[in-house]
Amino acid sequence: MIKNILVFIQLILVVQWSTAQIAVKGETIYTVSGEPIKNGVILIEKGKITKIGEASKVKIPNDFKIYEGKVVTPGLVDAHATVGFSGIYNKPEDQMQLEKSSPIQPELRAIDAYNPREELVAYLNSKGVTTVHTGHGPGAVISGQTFIVKTHGDTVDEVKIDDATMLAITIGPSVNSNFKSPGTSAKEIAMLRTELLKAQEYQKKMVNTEKGKQPSRNLKMEALVDLLEGKTKALVTVNSANLIMTSIRLAKEFNLKLVIDGAAESYLLIDEIKKSKAEIILHPTKARSYSDMKNMSWETAAKLIDAGIPVAIQSGYEPYVPKTRVILYEAAIAVANGLSFNDGLKSITINAAKIIGQENRIGSIEKGKDADIVIFDGDPFEYLTHVCLVITDGAVTHQECN
Amino acid sequence: MPTKITLLLLFVLNTVVSFSQETPTAYTGALIYTINGDPLENGTLLIQAGNILDVGTDIKIPKNAKIIDVKGKVIMPGLVDTHSHLGNGSGGDRSSALHPDVRLLDALDPMAADLMKARSGGITTINIMPGSGHLMSGQTVYIKTKKGKTIEDLTFCKNVSSEICGGMKMANGTNPIRDKPFPGTRAKSAAMVREQFIKAQEYQKKLINSKTTPSEAPKRDLKMEGLVEVLDGKRIVHFHTHRHDDVLTAMRISQEFGFKIVLHHVSEAWKVADEIAKAKVPVSMIFIDSPGGKMEAVDVDPISGVVLEKAGVDVAFHTDDPITDSRLFMRSAAIGVREGMSKQKALEGLTLAGARMLELDDRIGSLEKGKDADFIILSGDPFSVYTHIEQTWIEGVKVFDRADEQDKLYAVGGYKVYPETTTHVHD
Repeated sequence: MIKNILVFIQLILVVQWSTAQIAVKGETIYTVSGEPIKNGVILIEKGKITKIGEASKVKIPNDFKIYEGKVVTPGLVDAHATVGFSGIYNKPEDQMQLEKSSPIQPELRAIDAYNPREELVAYLNSKGVTTVHTGHGPGAVISGQTFIVKTHGDTVDEVKIDDATMLAITIGPSVNSNFKSPGTSAKEIAMLRTELLKAQEYQKKMVNTEKGKQPSRNLKMEALVDLLEGKTKALVTVNSANLIMTSIRLAKEFNLKLVIDGAAESYLLIDEIKKSKAEIILHPTKARSYSDMKNMSWETAAKLIDAGIPVAIQSGYEPYVPKTRVILYEAAIAVANGLSFNDGLKSITINAAKIIGQENRIGSIEKGKDADIVIFDGDPFEYLTHVCLVITDGAVTHQECN
Repeated sequence: MPTKITLLLLFVLNTVVSFSQETPTAYTGALIYTINGDPLENGTLLIQAGNILDVGTDIKIPKNAKIIDVKGKVIMPGLVDTHSHLGNGSGGDRSSALHPDVRLLDALDPMAADLMKARSGGITTINIMPGSGHLMSGQTVYIKTKKGKTIEDLTFCKNVSSEICGGMKMANGTNPIRDKPFPGTRAKSAAMVREQFIKAQEYQKKLINSKTTPSEAPKRDLKMEGLVEVLDGKRIVHFHTHRHDDVLTAMRISQEFGFKIVLHHVSEAWKVADEIAKAKVPVSMIFIDSPGGKMEAVDVDPISGVVLEKAGVDVAFHTDDPITDSRLFMRSAAIGVREGMSKQKALEGLTLAGARMLELDDRIGSLEKGKDADFIILSGDPFSVYTHIEQTWIEGVKVFDRADEQDKLYAVGGYKVYPETTTHVHD
């Protein structure tokens, strides 16, 4: 009985929180879109940011609940994860990021497999990550689709903010270890080109044929046509320099929107990548340096960003432990190795939002954007700093540091 | 001709080395964390011939001493990693679940490139272990990360064939549970281990009796010899364990047979901290950035550090490299502090506590008169992400210098800096 009452009270509190009008006061607010605001205030109504400014200029209405802290940043945006597909347990039934029945399966939708109640999703939220671009993982030529979710909510419809964002493509040795064929990288590319040529045919037929005489629907082809039409981007996980060039060649041939993912040896190809206009979702800084990651460097993010290449830092896929990485900790090591504080923060907020096509909604503290806010008790990248409060869509979803 | 040049070079190098060892060197002006005492502001570390001559704020610097001004820097002891898999070593194979006879030192590559990860991470002593996919995967080896060519150059032993140069690796929980001849359950795991130790007790008895009655001497048995060293308290058991009940099982078996153990990983230490404290068993911890992977590691929580500290348990850290990167070992202490540990105990966990767990604290782990001159020079606060390890010194010899271009590459990685390393993934 007492338990029921407590649950009831909790429910009321949650409802109040989620509909409440909130003011966030910060000694320093890193808006990311502009200069940091000293002693700033953010007003939040109905899940959106309605006002930002210096405390002296923004009046907080009486009925607003106030949260305050030292450092305030936008909710963090993880540009590439597999969380919610790869679960907390290293058991086949909890690892849904890779289907091994065939190396090319672009028809596998993210919305059909994502688990919003996965505890690692809540864990990421508690570390300030409010948005995740997640989905099918690396390890197949095309393993399936990815999409974008908020890290708080119970059903996929409630949490998704995009249905299909990218197709997860891998070029490199991990594919060869998962499938009998392709057994080489050249074969991977030949298979990809063959499928994309088929998709071009399919696309042509769908456009040209009279109504009623169109070819029967083909889910695989539909997903590839979306890629060809730029409705989805090509998320190509590739690490060695020669294969990064291959991914650029492929994207050029089929006019794909290329996102180079992983990109361990990208520092060798600064000019070429810049010229290709590809975006980079860089491997976690603390990733293990084995297989095609063996030449990775902690300075890559700094080198790419200094050259003007758009870079986000990802949590990525991890077959062993940690079952999910935390982009805050990964960006911290990049910041400790040559990346500026501001660029470090951008790599896990607005840069990520841009690459996943959500920069109008998330990634910075601006009027009209989603009220995704994190309060820290110090420099977010410092080891000793705590994530004190997380606001997701205007609701407090995590709180510590009393 | 080239040989002559090489010889000449060697001669010059030797002269330099011996010179640097015999002339005292004083590092002045740094903030020194001695670990065994309070931090010393504007302290001086005086070393000679590979040893620490003195350390303090008001010590006598000999006239002939070379003085190196390290004002603004931080000096602390070389770090001690109680559990790592660097060096391309290997332990027991799949033929048995128990390999007390297998010595990792017979397979370690003393020139392995990945030891540079340890040096650039400030680690000067490592307990290199075989993996945890066995109940007992073999004998571990304690090494310094000196630049040497042979295993003898690195160990704390003079003779690796006749001395005990490391511990014994054991594991329970799910890692050793496999197809035959491995156990299928936790209870079977414990039974198989106990059976071996009972055999070893009999062997030990025969050995003792043979001192008075030589005819009772047992036939030499390498497995039994390894286990008797454990029973005699000369070889410490480093016990991989995660779940709270597995922790208690490990301690129960150690108590039954009276051997020394150090608990490793101990994901659920926070649940049984009082029991661990009562048994006076030390714990070597690892911090992973998120829970899970193995079922037994789902409840892993970095609060274990503070919970164990408050319970009075001796706490050290380890990298388990490649599980976490040796170059980021300092981060372990900072995470401990973030979750509530005291700064003093956290730094001790990187140094002296680890030295105690390897029973090497007479030589390493703190900056004290007479101990080995193993130390690191940091650019700043040991708990800051922005701090770099600038230099690593072992017995008065520099093994890493971030100012050196190649060494800097070892610290951050890059094209062909490290050859491919193993992944160390357990199913």
